[in-house]
Amino acid sequence: MNAEIRPIRTPAEQGLSGELKALSRAGGPRIVALRTAAAQAFNDNGLPHRRVEEWKYTDLRTLMREALPLATPAAVAQVEAHQGLLLDTGARRIVVANGAVVPELSDLADLEPGLSILTLAQALAGAGETLARLGTLEPGRYDAALALNTALATDGVVIEVGEGAQIARPVHVAHVVSGHRPAASFARSLVVVGAGAHFTYAESFEGPAGLGYQVNSATEFVVGDEAHLDVVRLQEDSASALHLSTLLFEIGRAAKVHAFSFGIGAGVARTTLYANLAGEDSQVGFNGASLLKGRQHADATLFLDHQVPGCESRELFKTVLDDSARGVFQGKIVVRQAAQKTDGRMMSRALVLGDDAEMDNKPELEIFADDVQCGHGATCGAIDDDLLFYLRARGISLKDAQSLLVQAFVGEAIETVEHDGLREALVARAEAWLAARG
Amino acid sequence: MPAVQETVDQVRSIDVDQYKYGFFTDIESEKAPKGLSEDTVRFISAKKDEPEWMLEWRLEAFRRWQTMREPDWARVSYPAIDYQDLYYYSAPKKKAAVSIDEIDPEILATYEKLGIPLRERDALLGIASGGTKVAVDAVFDSVSVATTFKEELSRAGVIFMPISEAIREHPELVKKYLGSVVPVTDNYFATLNSAVFSDGSFVYVPKGVRCPMELSTYFRINERNTGQFERTLIIADEGAYVSYLEGCTAPQRDENQLHAAVVELVALADAEIKYSTVQNWYPGDKDGKGGIFNFVTKRGDCRGDRSKISWTQVETGSAITWKYPSCILRGDNSQGEFYSIAISNGRQQVDSGTKMIHLGKNTSSRIISKGIAAGRSDNTYRGLVSAHRKATGARNFTNCDSLLIGDKCGAHTVPYIESKNSSAQFEHEATTSKISDDQLFYCRQRGLDPEEATALIVNGFVKDVLQQLPMEFAVEAQKLISVSLEGSVG
Repeated sequence: MNAEIRPIRTPAEQGLSGELKALSRAGGPRIVALRTAAAQAFNDNGLPHRRVEEWKYTDLRTLMREALPLATPAAVAQVEAHQGLLLDTGARRIVVANGAVVPELSDLADLEPGLSILTLAQALAGAGETLARLGTLEPGRYDAALALNTALATDGVVIEVGEGAQIARPVHVAHVVSGHRPAASFARSLVVVGAGAHFTYAESFEGPAGLGYQVNSATEFVVGDEAHLDVVRLQEDSASALHLSTLLFEIGRAAKVHAFSFGIGAGVARTTLYANLAGEDSQVGFNGASLLKGRQHADATLFLDHQVPGCESRELFKTVLDDSARGVFQGKIVVRQAAQKTDGRMMSRALVLGDDAEMDNKPELEIFADDVQCGHGATCGAIDDDLLFYLRARGISLKDAQSLLVQAFVGEAIETVEHDGLREALVARAEAWLAARG
Repeated sequence: MPAVQETVDQVRSIDVDQYKYGFFTDIESEKAPKGLSEDTVRFISAKKDEPEWMLEWRLEAFRRWQTMREPDWARVSYPAIDYQDLYYYSAPKKKAAVSIDEIDPEILATYEKLGIPLRERDALLGIASGGTKVAVDAVFDSVSVATTFKEELSRAGVIFMPISEAIREHPELVKKYLGSVVPVTDNYFATLNSAVFSDGSFVYVPKGVRCPMELSTYFRINERNTGQFERTLIIADEGAYVSYLEGCTAPQRDENQLHAAVVELVALADAEIKYSTVQNWYPGDKDGKGGIFNFVTKRGDCRGDRSKISWTQVETGSAITWKYPSCILRGDNSQGEFYSIAISNGRQQVDSGTKMIHLGKNTSSRIISKGIAAGRSDNTYRGLVSAHRKATGARNFTNCDSLLIGDKCGAHTVPYIESKNSSAQFEHEATTSKISDDQLFYCRQRGLDPEEATALIVNGFVKDVLQQLPMEFAVEAQKLISVSLEGSVG
């Protein structure tokens, strides 16, 4: 039973409300109205707590103790020294430090024909026409992380891929936090992929180890008819940091979208993905893997809305939990009445290595069409003793045997990344995690 | 079965008015004044001749209830219930019967019509129960009208009686166990039930006794504007075994009637309880008018080591079902099972499932749920499987399948799987589909018409669960399934 009594505002909520008093006026009346509405929604609803169904397992009201001051621009040399993720993948690199694009470190020269990249600040100042798409993807419900991002983010990357453009080289947006004081950074990006285009987008997150900063990132993806988009994400924020990210997708007819999120860092991480399958016959795959240890908490939440007939969706999430880490998977597939012939499969698997680890799975199906094939599965358990025995009988040490099996376990999800350079980089990160495991 | 046009038409013209238990027995009854207040609670308690402690227990529940709010998280929608517009107690006016021959013949006739033999002689002849002996406790509105085979059971040491009688005759047992599984403050409807429950069955199976026959309760709502609030308490002492069946029907009416029951099961060490339900309350007509609101709290506590509780349910009736039979696996090596078939048609709404709470070591549970949605109904499976930090070696297997018949209905799955223990092993799988064209084609090729083919496939779909039902019930349930889906699959 929900008590509708408005709880006392936490220090974090009060702090955030203070920050929401002075909103940026950039971007014209529509953007200003969006910011104002988002700020108002936050003031009305505050941070989600465990009685809010979508945040049941990630009680942000408790987990976010304070509102940190907004991050200030970082020193270029420091950022350069700090960045370390996905450096040699061959991707075009754009660095966003403390929520603002650093042109000095970004490779914005010689853009391929059909590819346009602006900073959000430039776009808000009136450059380009893509801005009209910003903030148009709506999850249809109040989402505190997204509302704060909408209200407070002033920079990020705006990418447009023209109709039919085949961009072989991925664009990698590296989010780096730099500084000595914990601060909160907000970044908002928009990726528009024109009809028939092919594009690979990568995102990474990192920051100084031991620093308790906060990152709130949101990216909107507008995918045109018959377009092909690959998204690869790597999150290795500091183990004391709070990481919130929101991904919004609108997918056109016969498009192919594949997204993979790899989470290794952050003390508390929550990634929410909203996808609208608005065009017929599209194929989507949303996959992810998390490697967690210590007292890390990672939440992957997914809302998939099948609105039209004939789409296929596949989700595969793998979570490895060591020590007393906590993993959360919530996935919801909605199949509207019109969405006949939908084929949806969702799977969440967790491997529990630590005695005090916890895994919470909530795969949901909500189906209103009859001619569909939908299923979900969820498993959770320790490493299979038979498999361990098999390896050990061949002279492999317990630790190595475990590493091999964990690698194979997350490997299944990482394998789905199409781009060779990015996939190999992710495999290397997984290996590094295993090697560091005592 | 969307592939075949005739079936689509039939789904559209679906006729849920085929409810054959919709008759009303015209007998004089005695009711509590309409509405709910402390006086109502006192009235019920006085009617039942209850001791002071019971009245206090009820009043406490009632006070608590007044501070609670109706839950709204389930995937069901219904007009607000006016709790002051109900009768909370209704009993046939004739004095309590001492022997079966003193029961109002009208009531006897009612049960005969429902196929429930109250005369032991008839039952022994196997008139309606297919030759097997089943002891029946018949609950008519708010009171138990007859309990059969009492003597034979008491020879085995089994106590089987209306709970109101047990409160007077076995207060020590009732005091010890009542509210120990479903606390008074558990949830809105359970608290309401604790305040105003009028009757239900009480079963106590002593140590090491295997109950010599199946026990069963048959619930009948008859009176207009009444709510039925029954309370069932079953205790299987160490090493005991009991199988219990429950059936329910109600007259066909345009208004909604409330049924808020609480069932508590306690299994001590090595004990086993098997609880089967065939729920066939009036589901409302095809436009969703009338029908029973079935808001039930059922929970079993595997309190002792190696104990086992098994729930089997066939849910075909009720306008709204809100029901989650659960198992608390407290004892080491205890087992919980949940087998369910939930069929919704017309405008029925079902939100049902189970909770398996693993607390002891090496506990295991199994959930098999089959939902079939037809017409304009909504069918939701909602379940929780959780393993406590200390529940080493916990195992769960869950399988929820949904079948959709027609494109105006919905099937939903909302499982919560929470594991706090590394050695716990949980598996969950769910699928939703329509009857596959391949299966249909295969059957039709062999000369079955589409309706027969569909019926055959549906029966195969629910087979896992039907097998868990006691023989007599399985036959009834199978018939019920075909009646429920009549007009949509045949």
